[in-house]
Amino acid sequence: MTASMAYESVEVGTELPAQSFPVTRATLVRYAGASGDFNPIHWNEKFAREVGLPDVIAHGMFTMAEAIRVVTDWAGDPGAVVEYGVRFTRPVIVPNDETGATVEVSGKIGAKLDDNLVRVDLVATSAGAKVLGMSRAVVRLA
Amino acid sequence: MALDQSFVGRTYPPTPAYEVGREKIREFAEAVGDANPAYVDPEAAKALGHPDVIAPPTFVFSITFRAASQVVQDPQLGLDYSRVVHGDQKFAYVRPVRAGDRLTVTSTIEGIKSMAGNDIVDVRGEVHDESGEHVVTAWTKLVARAAEEA
Repeated sequence: MTASMAYESVEVGTELPAQSFPVTRATLVRYAGASGDFNPIHWNEKFAREVGLPDVIAHGMFTMAEAIRVVTDWAGDPGAVVEYGVRFTRPVIVPNDETGATVEVSGKIGAKLDDNLVRVDLVATSAGAKVLGMSRAVVRLA
Repeated sequence: MALDQSFVGRTYPPTPAYEVGREKIREFAEAVGDANPAYVDPEAAKALGHPDVIAPPTFVFSITFRAASQVVQDPQLGLDYSRVVHGDQKFAYVRPVRAGDRLTVTSTIEGIKSMAGNDIVDVRGEVHDESGEHVVTAWTKLVARAAEEA
């Protein structure tokens, strides 16, 4: 577990490189297969509308998987993540076109903890709305 | 009707072992578009100090969610599973999940609340490998939305 980012090189407020993650219907079908979550609200528009959704929505766990990439890409070793939690506040709505939706993720150091640990506070939005709340990761730096 | 509070603290038997495969990790990493070599290249993973390729941080949810479903579909608990949405998710990792792990999940109901007609169930899943080492804990908040008034 060797993060390439050094604890000494960051301070509270240090921003991590922000990233944008595209998500189309094809992405969701692929994620359904890989994760085993075949809930039709993630691929069947008719079903999604019948249960009161505006359209097909991304798996919350897909969004959670994208958001942590801002941390793992930055830290170097994905195994350096010690804790990760989110609240699913709003769905990512994925229209049936080639563009789909985009999840924008930014992060900054929220706290420096003991033992080379830092807390990263993440913000994830899609179409201008916050899709994850209380999104935080604790990662061990070098 | 509010759920039976006596289910709080109930622990379910461990699930059968799930064997984590390299190709399943690769499939998952590709599905989330993550090209980190630690997920697909054993040498890259070893360079970081891991004995084999590791799984992305949220991979283990596929295993813990199946275990949690068993709990919330317990007919005695009586949750309306068709109305369940995922509220919160948190993981605490002792070490990353890696290829070759044979993982079992022990689920415990940590809390049951009713708020504005919604039933909220907190499930903790403790994940262990076959040697009994604790690998990760997953906390899943499931919300069964109130049924609409007829």
